[in-house]
Amino acid sequence: MFRFLLSRLMMIVPTFIGVTIAAFSFIRLLPGDPILLMAGERGVTPERRAELEQVMGFDRPLWEQYLGFLGDLLQGDLGVSIVTKAPVLEEFLGRFPATIELSVIAIIFAVALGLPAGVIAAVRRGSIFDHTVMGVSLTGYSMPIFWWGLLLIILFSGILGWTPVSGRISFLYYFEPVTGFMLIDSLLSGQSGAFQSAVMHLILPAVVLGTIPLAVIARQTRSAMLEVLSEDYVRTARAKGLSPARVIGVHALRNALITVVTVIGLQVGVLLAGAILTETIFAWPGIGKWMIDSIFRRDYPSVQGGLLMIASIVMLVNLIVDLTYGLINPSIRHER
Amino acid sequence: MAEPVISTAQIGTFRHSLFEFWRYFRENPGAVAGLYFILLVLFCAIFADLISPWDPTQQNRDALLQPPVWQEGGSWDYIIGTDAVGRDLLSRIIHGARFSMFIGAMVVTLSMSAGVMLGLIAGYFRGRIETVIMRIMDVILAFPSLLLALGLVAILGPALINAMIAIAIVLLPHFVRLTRSSVMSEKNKEYVIASRLAGAGHLRLMINTILPNCMAPLIVQGTLSFSNAILDAAALGFLGMGAQPPTPEWGAMLAEAREFILRAWWVVTFPGLAILLTVLSINLMGDGLRDALDPKMKRS
Repeated sequence: MFRFLLSRLMMIVPTFIGVTIAAFSFIRLLPGDPILLMAGERGVTPERRAELEQVMGFDRPLWEQYLGFLGDLLQGDLGVSIVTKAPVLEEFLGRFPATIELSVIAIIFAVALGLPAGVIAAVRRGSIFDHTVMGVSLTGYSMPIFWWGLLLIILFSGILGWTPVSGRISFLYYFEPVTGFMLIDSLLSGQSGAFQSAVMHLILPAVVLGTIPLAVIARQTRSAMLEVLSEDYVRTARAKGLSPARVIGVHALRNALITVVTVIGLQVGVLLAGAILTETIFAWPGIGKWMIDSIFRRDYPSVQGGLLMIASIVMLVNLIVDLTYGLINPSIRHER
Repeated sequence: MAEPVISTAQIGTFRHSLFEFWRYFRENPGAVAGLYFILLVLFCAIFADLISPWDPTQQNRDALLQPPVWQEGGSWDYIIGTDAVGRDLLSRIIHGARFSMFIGAMVVTLSMSAGVMLGLIAGYFRGRIETVIMRIMDVILAFPSLLLALGLVAILGPALINAMIAIAIVLLPHFVRLTRSSVMSEKNKEYVIASRLAGAGHLRLMINTILPNCMAPLIVQGTLSFSNAILDAAALGFLGMGAQPPTPEWGAMLAEAREFILRAWWVVTFPGLAILLTVLSINLMGDGLRDALDPKMKRS
């Protein structure tokens, strides 16, 4: 087990170094002079230019710049945003809870619907329900989610008037953020109606963001269940006279879950990519919208820091998924 | 239906395998429906100038945000309505098919040729070069696809061609990994060893002997990448980082339509529907291809 853990950790080190090189190259690969680019249309005086060059470290050799970048990175210094002059890490962490909250609710939505749908589809293979689930999930998988979000806004906000169009909570409520999670903060604030408002703001974005994971989870659960259901031990359990519910719920599902948990873990990258589109549509103040805004404002240190943080998070989650998979599945653990 | 008669001479020929493939593919009604829809989209893309009722960029000032024909205020001149500057939506969607098909084809060609080459080298030579290639692919995979594409477009500048290059890079690791693992499993089979003993060089072994036997999963991956490319390009267009207005690209059309969503449902609905149906059809086709090409699934 220790060897397995070590080998996985060793594999992530070169990837992480590669990611830092990619993020480091980002500003240097921009066409033209990065300082002129950052200065924008106002231009820059020679003195200010020399100052900026020194601040950014462009006057030093490349390898020295990279080592400096890596050193800063290990101390949690991702540079300073050109637009807000605040540290990039601070900007990132300030918006991260909004994205986590949205993603967590989205994945809960996806699992709560996708898992049972996949199980029932597998158990009733070939039935109308099965065909419907497969059809709907393939449609969900093919969905341009930015369009899906707009459609839901037309229906639920425009025609029915049930949900608000954008933001995390109504302007009627204001309280100091404690955790950064609006659902918790609104409860803590004790203002009546605040929690409800937060929930209403969260529903549509979470559904939109959860759509593709929902489709993937339903499909994968179905195929994992189908595989397990044809195993000998399931037949044995049936032959012993166990109730169908017990055979499916305990003997089959528990083993199918090994695959499904991995699939759920791998949705983190999908969620973070989807967050860019979802947060843009619903004006959700998370890291996805921040990244887009930073790209448009040419706030390159923020883009660089954001890319690095997001890639690190995806790598970390994939590592955890990998390790958990090894923990619950001995045949992988002993493979060399 | 009577089983077609195949002479022994035909077995193993290209025509025979094509015939056999079609026999399996046809059994999947979803895949066939997908194929027909894609043929329709291709037809629209090729003959866009002939079949679209209007010029896609022509602004008709007397028909701004006109609803579809079946709704009050609609007219047969603009069957599914017009956008905010009076351009015919149907004509724009028909012309948009051109961009989506072109994007898909270009991205898959770029990504697949580069990916197959890298995968062949990694799987065939192994060793240090394999480590380098695979670690670079790991780095690409560490970034969420759309985010990496956005970052690359930020470097290259917002334009359709840059968006296509970015998406091709994002999709690259899938081809490399797939080719590498197929090459590794084929490499030590007897027919390859026989060919090597007969004196075939590295290049011949890689391209003529091994690669043709790795094609089936690559074709399936190519189809999936085609639909991913269309989706990602539309997303980039929607975010203003892909095709630029007034290009009638479906994603860019949606971006322009965003501010009218509560006033004119049609400007938002139809371009998105075109994306969804095209991507869905390709995915349906991909499922059918996988079943038809997977030898394990075949009943003899």
